[in-house]
Amino acid sequence: MAGIIGEILRGLSTTLHMAATKPVTIQYPEVKRPVRPRFKGRHHLMRYDNGMEKCIGCSLCSAACPADAIFVEAAENTDEERYSPGERYARVYEINMLRCIFCGYCEDACPTEAIVLGDNYELSFTDRRSSIYAKEMLLVPVDEGGKPTPQKVEPGIYTRSIPVMQDPKD
Amino acid sequence: MKMVNLTIDGKTVTVPEGTLIVNAAKKVGIDIPVFCYHPKMEPVGMCRMCLVEIGRPVIDRTTGQVVREDDGSPKMQFGPKLETACTTPVSEGMVVLGTSEKAKAGRQDIIEFLLTSHPLDCPICDKGGECPLQNLTMEFGPGESRYLYDEKMHLAKHVPLGELIYLDRERCIQCGRCVRFQDQVVDDPVIGFFQRGRSLEIVTYSEPGFDSVFSGNTTDICPVGALTTTDFRFKARPWELRSAASICTQCPVGCNIAFNTRREAVSGGKWVIKRVMPRQNEWVNEIWMCDKGRFGYHYSKSAERLTQPLVRRQGELAPATWEEALSFVAERFQQAGDGLFSIAGGRLSNEDLYNQGKLTDSLGGKKVLYGTMGGGDLTAQSGLVPGSNFSDMGKETAILVVASDLHEEAPIWWLRVKQAAERGAQLIVANPRPTRLDAYATHLVRYPYGSEAGALLAMVNTLSAKRPDLPEAVANLVRSPELKAAAKAFAEAENAVILYGSEGTGLETSTALAQSCQNLLLATGHIGRINNGLVAVWQRVNDQGAWELGWRPVANLPEAMQAARALYVAAADPAGDDPAYLAEGRLGSQEQAFLVVQDLFLTATARLADVVLPVQAWTEREGSYTSGERRVQRFYPVVPELADSYADFSVAGQIGKRLGLDMEIRLAGRTFARLASETPAFTGLSYARLAEVVEQWPIVGRGDLYYGGTTYENSQGIGVQLPLTSAGGLSWPKLVEVGMPKIGLLAVPITRLYDHGSTLLPSSMLHQRIPEPYVVLNDQDAERLKISEGAAIQLIPAEGGSWLGVRAIARLRSDVPERIVLVPRSFGLPVAGPTVVSVRLAERVLA
Repeated sequence: MAGIIGEILRGLSTTLHMAATKPVTIQYPEVKRPVRPRFKGRHHLMRYDNGMEKCIGCSLCSAACPADAIFVEAAENTDEERYSPGERYARVYEINMLRCIFCGYCEDACPTEAIVLGDNYELSFTDRRSSIYAKEMLLVPVDEGGKPTPQKVEPGIYTRSIPVMQDPKD
Repeated sequence: MKMVNLTIDGKTVTVPEGTLIVNAAKKVGIDIPVFCYHPKMEPVGMCRMCLVEIGRPVIDRTTGQVVREDDGSPKMQFGPKLETACTTPVSEGMVVLGTSEKAKAGRQDIIEFLLTSHPLDCPICDKGGECPLQNLTMEFGPGESRYLYDEKMHLAKHVPLGELIYLDRERCIQCGRCVRFQDQVVDDPVIGFFQRGRSLEIVTYSEPGFDSVFSGNTTDICPVGALTTTDFRFKARPWELRSAASICTQCPVGCNIAFNTRREAVSGGKWVIKRVMPRQNEWVNEIWMCDKGRFGYHYSKSAERLTQPLVRRQGELAPATWEEALSFVAERFQQAGDGLFSIAGGRLSNEDLYNQGKLTDSLGGKKVLYGTMGGGDLTAQSGLVPGSNFSDMGKETAILVVASDLHEEAPIWWLRVKQAAERGAQLIVANPRPTRLDAYATHLVRYPYGSEAGALLAMVNTLSAKRPDLPEAVANLVRSPELKAAAKAFAEAENAVILYGSEGTGLETSTALAQSCQNLLLATGHIGRINNGLVAVWQRVNDQGAWELGWRPVANLPEAMQAARALYVAAADPAGDDPAYLAEGRLGSQEQAFLVVQDLFLTATARLADVVLPVQAWTEREGSYTSGERRVQRFYPVVPELADSYADFSVAGQIGKRLGLDMEIRLAGRTFARLASETPAFTGLSYARLAEVVEQWPIVGRGDLYYGGTTYENSQGIGVQLPLTSAGGLSWPKLVEVGMPKIGLLAVPITRLYDHGSTLLPSSMLHQRIPEPYVVLNDQDAERLKISEGAAIQLIPAEGGSWLGVRAIARLRSDVPERIVLVPRSFGLPVAGPTVVSVRLAERVLA
């Protein structure tokens, strides 16, 4: 008999303990759990401070992609209509989020750190077409002080094929 | 040929004496990396990438015997330094070490050195992915550089050498392949080195920049991305492309090409042709092609293309279904019966011509090949026999080029004839005015325009005891020592080839010329053997095929058309080319016969048609062409067909089916099989035969990449040369007397490479090379007529005609014979053959 009472008390104490602790459940989507530092979510196409796009349309992300989720089509910059500091920019940049496996190879392959996997994991679609994210959806907003692309620039400023990189050994 | 044995990296090789070590290695599948060496050019040893250790057996000077080690193996003497494998010929007993530590270290240093100033552009470089420098760096490079990154040279990145080729000075590794190609191979030394050492750069000397019709080839052989084409600039990465084999349609050479395609988002996800590159065929174009072929394909994807059948209703062309259009056409053709007049252009494939011919023949109609050149029956009798190859022609061969500015009419033949001449072939150039081939000629013959046939008969005349009477115009030529010498050289050569073109000829003069050519070949016994025979430099890709299939041009087509009750015009635009068709041919008039036009575009003729039938471009379908050398070659579908469209052979077949004929409408291959079973020359041929390939030398286009051109490898067919049909006979050609007019000038047609053809104009990047309509006058004549360079003039035919209103710019040259006006074809002045004209400046009649 005493044994049973002992068990009941033990169980009750667990209940009371839990009643006093903070709940694990969060009220998604009103409340969101912060992601881990190395979480790989939906991609962003980055910009430089002046608003120019970092992407040079080299298609290496597309080549690295194991799921064949990325499609890039390049075109040439002019000083009248400049998208990126180099000679070439991505005229079309599309990621099929249904195919993407968020492996991050594209980020590894990118020579200009233009494509970065972000925090957003809330990807849902009602049809296949809307799973294709176009360049406008992927590009981050222009920072303060920057100008949107295409920009009209003075000739002779951007003369390199691709933006000058740091010493690759660093 | 003396053979030499040597050992390369442990493998024993036996190669002919004089072979370079790189090539000997290639033969046994050993890759000695190179940058500056190219198998089609002389070695220079500039880049030092091919460094190897070479050991030679020690020879005892007293006995002349190989000194042996104790174990009996020959004693080897290795050089103190590494040697270049690309400049060293093989020798007996040689031992080559390409993978020794010393050789590896040498290559590593060269790569490291080349990369000191090479930019890290690979991500955006058009060559990235098929770049020899990239590949060799990965394979032989040191992995890291000791040079300071900040000390990289920064040079101009975006230098248009012309409107077709871009130079990136930073990427250039100064191998000089482009400079040597332009200089040695095509003899257009319009680019060169400027400055020295680290300041060395490639510059163009010509105006306009890089003025060469072979310029695109430099981008193929450039081992880095220093030279790229405007056409492909940033269009796609090489690994994203799909490749499809095809044949160039711009001239009768039939260059083997490959189309690279990719889906394009801005075109709505359609497959789009991104670039054209040559495909190796050592019998046809080796690994080269001209810029017209490389950049002139854009018409196939023009937005102006017809997409659905049009039928005239209440005087207007209105869209109709295929069923409506074809049934209507079939009904009217049936009514026309033997009044059907089929006019086909040489742009059609063998299958198209076969089906259209079949349809026409079964109704008893007339098959007319649209064009002004004759002699296709003679080229079938005495053409080049299978196995002939311009590359094999050398000292023992005489090549006669008559009435052709080969450089403009068929650039690749010009190149191959020139190279044969450089190998020692006797080159006889017979033309009324100087052409670019003259520089390589051993004999030059000048005859007056209109006397092409006479000039060749004069050559026969000097050789034979029987001396047929010659026309007055060339009677003097028989006594000319140049002509005698040329005739002698031609007769004495072991092999002889004649190429005849259409410089200044119309159908009559051209037919006579072809017969004279055959007479000369027969008289000198140059028929039926390899590397002997007659080649016509046609104006269209498949003119030869049309002749093989029984299509013939007719004299005065406009007049002949009057008898027609129904006209079936395919791949030709008579109304647009010559107003005579409107007046004499009754096109566009009340009496116009029932007119069906089958074309890619709404041409001037199509606008007058009762029914317009759209067709697929050659990039959208299968088929085969017969080249001027009578080589039948296949082309393959490159991009998907337009919705609801048919190839020419299928359209003709569907009309035929409605007439109760048994015709193939679906498969080009089956059409070809029928063609082959019914046409003697094609006996035994099939698509499978045409797709056969053989090993070719030099080995280019494999994974090693360092000879450039990723599409070089030919795996889809080298084609089959047709056998001669029957023995040709000597006959006295019907000579046309084309005397100099008493008053006025003689206008003669010439062919220009960059013309106003409907298959070239849609390529906008070539527009800078396509001139305004012009005519060329002798400067003395011009002075007499008070015409200055650049003046706008009009030509008025003496016999009347309706060219008024066609203006042309006058160009003055001293090398044009007096009282001659050269009129480029397709520039709006319909000079079909030598024509007497007067020249009018502004409103005044001058001559």
